[in-house]
Amino acid sequence: MNTIQKIQADIIEDFELFDDWMQKYEYLIDLGKELAPIKEQYKTKDNLIKGCQSRVWLHAEHTEGKIIFTADSDAIMTKGIVAILINVLSNQEPKDIATAKLDFINEIGLKEQLSATRANGLVSMIKKMKLYAIAFNN
Amino acid sequence: MLDLKQIRKQFPILSRKVNGHDLVYFDNGATTQKPDSVIAAESNYYQNENSNVHRGVHFLSGLATDKFEETRITIQNFINAKHSHEIIFTKGTTDSINIVASGYRSLLNKGDEIIISELEHHSNIVPWQMCCEQSGATLKVIPLLDNGTLDMAEFGNLLSKNTKLVSIAHISNTLGTINPIEKIIEKAKAVGAKVLIDGAQAASHISINMQSLDADFYCFSAHKLYGPTGVGILYGKEDVLNELPAYQGGGEMIKEVSFKKTTYAGLPHKFEAGTPNIAGVVAFKAAINFITGLGINNIAKHEEELLKYATEEVLKIEGLRIYGTAKNKSAIISFNINELHPYDIGMIVDKMGIAVRTGHHCTQPIMDKFNIPGTARISLAVYNTKDEIDICIKAIKKAKIMLS
Repeated sequence: MNTIQKIQADIIEDFELFDDWMQKYEYLIDLGKELAPIKEQYKTKDNLIKGCQSRVWLHAEHTEGKIIFTADSDAIMTKGIVAILINVLSNQEPKDIATAKLDFINEIGLKEQLSATRANGLVSMIKKMKLYAIAFNN
Repeated sequence: MLDLKQIRKQFPILSRKVNGHDLVYFDNGATTQKPDSVIAAESNYYQNENSNVHRGVHFLSGLATDKFEETRITIQNFINAKHSHEIIFTKGTTDSINIVASGYRSLLNKGDEIIISELEHHSNIVPWQMCCEQSGATLKVIPLLDNGTLDMAEFGNLLSKNTKLVSIAHISNTLGTINPIEKIIEKAKAVGAKVLIDGAQAASHISINMQSLDADFYCFSAHKLYGPTGVGILYGKEDVLNELPAYQGGGEMIKEVSFKKTTYAGLPHKFEAGTPNIAGVVAFKAAINFITGLGINNIAKHEEELLKYATEEVLKIEGLRIYGTAKNKSAIISFNINELHPYDIGMIVDKMGIAVRTGHHCTQPIMDKFNIPGTARISLAVYNTKDEIDICIKAIKKAKIMLS
């Protein structure tokens, strides 16, 4: 089990503690509030993710063989989801990010909690993270 | 006085559950729900009446054509148009505006001007931008005042002999503002300009009368009027429609076709190329009958009361700001609470069975004007109740606590 899988297993375990949507949402809100801030200079038009109804910025840096993602959103629950993705994929090696299977999204019921349009935003964000990984891997 | 219980019974979807709660449907500005009569008309058409319209000699083709044309007459009466052939069936309001804007590409030249406003839906902005790009005409915009009404003094300044067309929403889908279209039409006519009124948000809420209004074009969609999606109308004055170039070529819209020269059919067929949404048009009649059965003025009165009540109640929520506070307003409330993102609010109230719309509502210039990413929007219809407003307000309060 690599680190990405281990982190995902932990997240699934966390979400199993919740009985209803409200607790899940409150947890997402907390995660959103705790997400490390992105540097203001990276909140650019180019870093905006397409497909989200709220604005999401994603920045990637390649240091010491790993990719560090930072991100932000103007909607707090989106930010919570972004925080989970960063938790899973940031500070990992490009090849692991590029090949990561993100099972946790279905396992924790994240996708079904989201409207179709927002799920699209989620898909775009994952796609962008993986594209960075592929680019940095080459 | 409307019998709300009886009205609600006619809408099967209103008794369904959403996320374990009774549905509270407050997204009527996007589309309204459909009564049994509309659903039955659409279904009955396919079960008993289906055939292609016009030109057929057989029984069913005649029946389908009769049903199709009955709706045209029903709409003529509904909006008091002078002739039934002034009603063109379209895919909806967006399609209607595009038919006119597309025709104006060849009617306008450099130096001509089109006037729209800052509160328009994107579908009453983009077609004109495309029209200007191709014709060389210039687009002018009436600015918004802080209360969400149009700056009428500035409108006066923008008007000139160069103004060829003014295209304005009857009611703002985001702010609820009922624009003073009578005044706008009068002023535009004084400089010889034609006027299009986008009535998408108006037709199911207030009475409209083409012969007293004197607009050159008026359009709306069936689906915001308790009717099916994918159908709408473009009303145009006979002489104005005759001057407007045909939009799409194809069957139905021709008089004679040869490789040397094709001549076009007269109104309304000139603008109705291809097999239309016949079932939708047939069911559209049932939707209009639903409205006229209740009485548009009774609907307006009920919605006015709901708007007044909802406005008073939401304003009790601390930190809530309403965008669009015009005196003359339709039952739409766009709001934000402090710095909370409208999307977060929408997500949480959805879990409690409440459908509100969040985002820019296809009116990004309004968002830019108020410098906000979007709003949460409550838009009401005839079947909504004060009890539903109470449920919604409770949910909004809960969302506010969760998000603060």
